[in-house]
Amino acid sequence: MGDILNIVLKRLGLGLVTLLVISIIIFGAVELLPGDIAQAVLGQGATEENLAALREQLGLNRAAPIRYFEWLGNAVTGDFGRSLVSQTPVSEAIFTRFGNTLFLALYAAIIAVPVAIFLGVLVALYRNTVFDRVANVVTLTSISSPEFFLGYVLILFLAVKGGYFPAIAKIDDGMSLVDKLDRTFLPALTMVLVVVAHMMRMTRASIINLLASPYVEMARLKGVPAWKVIVKHTLPNAWAPVINVVALNLAYLVTGVVLVEVVFVYPGIGQLLVDAVTKRDFPVVQACCLIFAATFILLNLAADVGSILTNPRLRHPK
Amino acid sequence: MSQDKSVLLKIKDLRIEGYSDEHWIEIVHGIDLTLHRGEVMGLIGESGAGKSTIGLAAMGFTRDGCRISKGSSIEFDGMELTTTPASDLQSLRGARIAYVAQSAAASFNPAHKIIDQHTEAPIQYRIQKRLESQEDAMELYERLRLPNPREIGFRYPHQVSGGQLQRAMTAMAMACRPDLIIFDEPTTALDVTTQIEVLSAIRDIVDQFNTAAIYITHDLAVVAQMANVIKVLLKGDEVEEADTRTMLENPKDDYTKSLWAVRDFKRDQKPRPVDTVPLVSVKNVDAAYGDTPVLHDVSFDIFAGMTVAVVGESGSGKSTAARCITGLLPPTSGEILFNGEALPPDYRDRTKDQLRQAQMIYQMADTALNPKVKISEIIGRPAQFYSGLKGPALKNRVDELLDLIELEPAQYYHRYPPELSGGQKQRIGIARTLAAEPAFIICDEVTSALDQLVAEGILRLLDKLQKELNLSYMFITHDLATVRSIADEVVVMQYGKVVEQGPKDVMFKPPHHAYTDLLLSSVPEMDPDWLTTLLEERGVDNIGEAAKLK
Repeated sequence: MGDILNIVLKRLGLGLVTLLVISIIIFGAVELLPGDIAQAVLGQGATEENLAALREQLGLNRAAPIRYFEWLGNAVTGDFGRSLVSQTPVSEAIFTRFGNTLFLALYAAIIAVPVAIFLGVLVALYRNTVFDRVANVVTLTSISSPEFFLGYVLILFLAVKGGYFPAIAKIDDGMSLVDKLDRTFLPALTMVLVVVAHMMRMTRASIINLLASPYVEMARLKGVPAWKVIVKHTLPNAWAPVINVVALNLAYLVTGVVLVEVVFVYPGIGQLLVDAVTKRDFPVVQACCLIFAATFILLNLAADVGSILTNPRLRHPK
Repeated sequence: MSQDKSVLLKIKDLRIEGYSDEHWIEIVHGIDLTLHRGEVMGLIGESGAGKSTIGLAAMGFTRDGCRISKGSSIEFDGMELTTTPASDLQSLRGARIAYVAQSAAASFNPAHKIIDQHTEAPIQYRIQKRLESQEDAMELYERLRLPNPREIGFRYPHQVSGGQLQRAMTAMAMACRPDLIIFDEPTTALDVTTQIEVLSAIRDIVDQFNTAAIYITHDLAVVAQMANVIKVLLKGDEVEEADTRTMLENPKDDYTKSLWAVRDFKRDQKPRPVDTVPLVSVKNVDAAYGDTPVLHDVSFDIFAGMTVAVVGESGSGKSTAARCITGLLPPTSGEILFNGEALPPDYRDRTKDQLRQAQMIYQMADTALNPKVKISEIIGRPAQFYSGLKGPALKNRVDELLDLIELEPAQYYHRYPPELSGGQKQRIGIARTLAAEPAFIICDEVTSALDQLVAEGILRLLDKLQKELNLSYMFITHDLATVRSIADEVVVMQYGKVVEQGPKDVMFKPPHHAYTDLLLSSVPEMDPDWLTTLLEERGVDNIGEAAKLK
């Protein structure tokens, strides 16, 4: 097990380096935005003195590398500066928003991952049958439709016409968990529909890939029933690629949900980011991007560790 | 062997079709086969003879893309398998007919412990409960002389050696005490010394339980030890069938005779030239993979125009020595001399000319040739790289090389590797090597993936090329028959050390080093009593591990 700890620590170190590089890119990208930040904040009517004062206040006159290290140093301690628009600390605004986004992503993931893997196993078992094709067509249709379209379709049928779930997913801290789950069911379902196909098809493909291997033939020749061949002899060896796709989709659930949040008026971090970009609120933009990057890196790290842990050769060294 | 001798399996007019290029093509053309209880039938033939297909059909099983034709009959203990519903067939497999595959390493599921795979069938058929079945497994492991029989099953497949796994798979086949076991080349992937352990274990256990068996192999000497009856197959047809002794002493068909005759190829041994510098000289080389040392003080010389065979079991460091010579694995100490001059240890530091001089031919021509690249390009690229040939000159050179390896240039120039047979692919591999105009070629198990007749063709070709081009070969092999036929000098390796070396005639004559002796005596011979005699000589408990430690 010492080996595995070693690998994890190494990957974690690499992840930190990656995050550092990304932070440079984020900072650089914001620097490269055309136009003057002070001008954008104060508007066209601002006087030269006001602009100069704001620049001074924001420290924009100093060299970029100095400001970068300052920003990075503060970010490490959790201080992302103050929002240019609301003047409140960025971390405060982000904290609740990111929590909401994580809640929704977790909700969707808890439904989507088991469903996708279960369906993947089923379509692998009944491969090339009508069931396989129907499952394929349905999931492909759902992945090919834009989220906002899926969201509106769900609202139309399940909220407006059926009245089963609320169409607007506005939640606050005072609500009970059950209420929250009920309110956010439609956005979660939308996201489930978007990510299931990818994971299901990967599960199917990696299982079918292994069906030609000698140990699967051996299992069949031992008289093992077809479902058990898949579940016991194929699935345990098929995890590595599946885990990677799952991680990719989980990252998408966190970082790619702007449209869903807009459709359902959900107070997540995606909306915050879009607002911040339009208002040139660059401390917020930088903080959001950094959090997204960290999410991606962490989930990929988790996927790597997961793939290692499912490999018996690494789990049980000679 | 005194028990029930009734007919167990009766196959009549078995025809099997394979699907390729959108057509069903018959690949097994009407085979008849009768097997009695307790009897072992050897199915032998080259690849493509349909041995495995027939073996699997005896379980009512066909691989994807194959089907049993109508009119075929497979009668197992009174049950017609061709018309039995799939669910009934499934409950027959593992319980009454079991299968032992060629590669145990690939046929054990890497995700589960060995014993859990063993107990799977007995538990499923409710023959035994888990604990009973585990107990039974340990007993079988003991009978098969596996080390630590009470503990070894709780390891994962990658934690035990190939020979042990193969015995564990035989034990697994025995789990439900089947009436019939299909052995599909169970020792082909093993070293000779390990092969003996597995062969004797299989023979004992089949004997003890009066199990009938179909033993599939391409190795005549092996089948002679195992089978009561031998059936020779060629391209899906039966050539002849007879009991083992009759077949060995008096083969009737020409094809059978040609199989028997293969081992006759032998070329004259060349003496070492005097007063010359060796072409390649490995001097006191140590090498390691990471922190694991694999070579210890390895030294040997290869002179111009000579063939040095490096023999030893898997893990003995033969291929690692080759990797050191080519610079793929820089030695940790010692040096490689070429014509008396030290080569840079890392291939990246060698000049183009130094690289050109030493080339390699690989074991698996299948994986060593890019399937998406035309033959002309495969051979043309090194010719272009090393000799700078272009246009018509390059084409002429490729034609010349194809001529050298005895393949008609016009016919092969534009083809792709997957369109060729195994032997032809290996020839292309040789041509690609020759394109660099090397003085020295490392042949890494170049014939071990090939059928005997084809392998012999390759050996003859290599011999011819050596004479014409004055090439030196380092021949890495575990097959001592190959060594006998082509080597001038032999280097025996074990555990990363050279245990003995010298001219072939000396090496094959006693007295030997104990390990050389073990290797030599482990090569199966055509004599059907060979295994029995050998085991008596060595003592039953002294095969395998014990003998190695001697």
